[in-house]
Amino acid sequence: METVTMTLVQQPELYLECYSVTPDLFAGKSLAEIAELPAHEGKILWKLGDFFKFEGKSGATAAETKIVVNGNVKRMKRFGQQMTGGEIVINSDADMYVGGWMRGGKITVKGNADSFLGIAMEGGEILIEGDAQNHVGSAYRGDWRGMSGGLIRVKGKAGNDIGTAMTGGTIIIEGNAFIHVLTHAEGGTVIIKGDVEGRVGGQMVKGDAYIFGNLLYPLPGFKKIGTVEKEVDGTTYTFDQYIGDLGERKTKKKGEIIYGNIYMKI
Amino acid sequence: MPKVIENVGCPYCGCSCDDVRVTVSDDGKKVLEVENVCAIGTEIFKHGSSDHRIRSPRLRQPDGSMKDITYDEAIEWVAQHLYKAKKPLMYGFGSTNCEGQAAAARVMETAGGMLDNCATICHGPSFLAIFDNGYPTCTLGEVKNRADVIVYWGSNPAHAHPRHMSRYSIFPRGFFTGKGQKKRTIIVIDPRYTDTANVADYHLQIKQGHDYELFDAFRMVVIGHGKDLPDEVAGIKKEKILEVAEIMANARFGTTFFGMGLTHSDGRNHNIDIAISLTRDLNKVAKWTIMAMRGHYNIAGPGVVWSWTFGFPYCLDLTKKDHAHMNPGETSSVDMAMRDEVDMFINIGTDAGAHFPIPAVKQLKKHPWVTIDPSINMASEISDLHIPVCICGVDVGGIVYRMDNVPIQFRKVIDNQGLLDDETLLNRIADRLDELNAQGA
Repeated sequence: METVTMTLVQQPELYLECYSVTPDLFAGKSLAEIAELPAHEGKILWKLGDFFKFEGKSGATAAETKIVVNGNVKRMKRFGQQMTGGEIVINSDADMYVGGWMRGGKITVKGNADSFLGIAMEGGEILIEGDAQNHVGSAYRGDWRGMSGGLIRVKGKAGNDIGTAMTGGTIIIEGNAFIHVLTHAEGGTVIIKGDVEGRVGGQMVKGDAYIFGNLLYPLPGFKKIGTVEKEVDGTTYTFDQYIGDLGERKTKKKGEIIYGNIYMKI
Repeated sequence: MPKVIENVGCPYCGCSCDDVRVTVSDDGKKVLEVENVCAIGTEIFKHGSSDHRIRSPRLRQPDGSMKDITYDEAIEWVAQHLYKAKKPLMYGFGSTNCEGQAAAARVMETAGGMLDNCATICHGPSFLAIFDNGYPTCTLGEVKNRADVIVYWGSNPAHAHPRHMSRYSIFPRGFFTGKGQKKRTIIVIDPRYTDTANVADYHLQIKQGHDYELFDAFRMVVIGHGKDLPDEVAGIKKEKILEVAEIMANARFGTTFFGMGLTHSDGRNHNIDIAISLTRDLNKVAKWTIMAMRGHYNIAGPGVVWSWTFGFPYCLDLTKKDHAHMNPGETSSVDMAMRDEVDMFINIGTDAGAHFPIPAVKQLKKHPWVTIDPSINMASEISDLHIPVCICGVDVGGIVYRMDNVPIQFRKVIDNQGLLDDETLLNRIADRLDELNAQGA
């Protein structure tokens, strides 16, 4: 795998949209061609080279290209948007839409990520070493299909709307989360290793939520049916199993009604 | 001789009452009397002919004072600053006509900026829920003529929409509702004992911020899982939930009116989303509709006008020029202000100075700030340029959309006495921007 290192030399005045920073667009290009790729700051169309200096070499394909971003890019959005392969490592905080609509490859953010992390993601892996804000792996506004595949791991805490309208894939939040986990979901798994304020699985048709900490306000639409042992993230734990949302429509498989599940760690 | 004008529209709340009688002076410059209107509406008509109205644009001087300038100078100032700004924001439109909103769309498309309306701090979450889950709604006329069960959830029309209960929901006698209030069941769900709760048959004093749980409980009952309910949900006893759900399920025609209590508490769009889901569930056993209690007389207008112009009702990002983008949280006015993401602010037909959080106002104040508004308000007093305009429904007419998205033609009742209306002002700014863009190219 070849590596392109991009280092920030000029902070934007407002926020910069770095939708061109993906292994797909870097692959097969010279450093001069990469520096010519577009980036928007409001209505002004810049080139990536106006803000970053580039070193190294890109691979022939996305899968063979790794991008390392150096410098404080807290005011830059859309890293890795729609990428299909390769790797991005961001050595600072990043702004919104990290890995949005991502289909493959891996993104690592060494700091925090803002909202809309991995929205409508279809595949690949995102690792956030700090915190994430709202709408992790959720659907874009008006879309009923959220994250459908891949893995998002947030080592810190997250806000609200985690896995809204999710249909597949896994989200792991190692810290606490606020409200609305797996709302409207029709599949997928969300693991919260910390506490959650409430509203887990509201309007959920199908899906699995694992809560390791305290769930302050459980929804009335979930009913306890028993205790199970499950392997989660490599370790086996004992959980109380709740099914629901009893207020939402349900599908049937082989005559059996399929419910959404909340597993509360004992 | 004073002239009486009938069937005038009132420029105050989302009821957009269109049965007002206004008596104006002989010369057409003074409002003498206003009938069929609430106390707040009366004041707006009276203010229209007040001697205290500002009649020329005012530009802030280096010493902090405001100096009167001409409309031509003001238009040049705004066009030049819009041309220079990387990401200008125009926000407001609660109180202007659709013609002005269409002209604003032209300005911001030409300038390449952000365009947002007051829904962003009121019923924006309702739009998001409607995108996600549909909008089984009706008109206020249908409510008046058919509804026998009315739910006010997180809204207080007794104070916010003074004639709503008497014109449309609780008291009027309609075609199938000849007994008026006597044959209607009123359910108010609110953490406070409001004046609306005072006239209700049922007041569910819900625990603040737990509406989502109560909706979930009602949905469980409607779908047949009533027995699985916990003893208490959101501070409401199980028996009470079952009793009210029974009334809802047996309605001949029910309507849920929801307000800021749902859109301004945690979960926001999800509270509306589940309310819509409940409405859908109830339609399997009864006839139910749902309606947002829109705040201003034409705040539904920008949603309609910009939806057919750009495809989105609010929080529009027009910076890319060839396509519009919308994602509240990123492109919403308060979020952009808090993140210091815009470099010019135009406040039109509203008062961001009073309504936005103080840190957001402080960030916006770092950049050029223009207020386009007939009145002196907090935004006009901190702005760099204040441009007074006509009051829609008083000294300019136009199309407005009522809270149920019914368009109504508002009328002009007094002479504008040299004031420009929003549409003319904004189109002149757009014309000047076109010239600047052509020179720049």
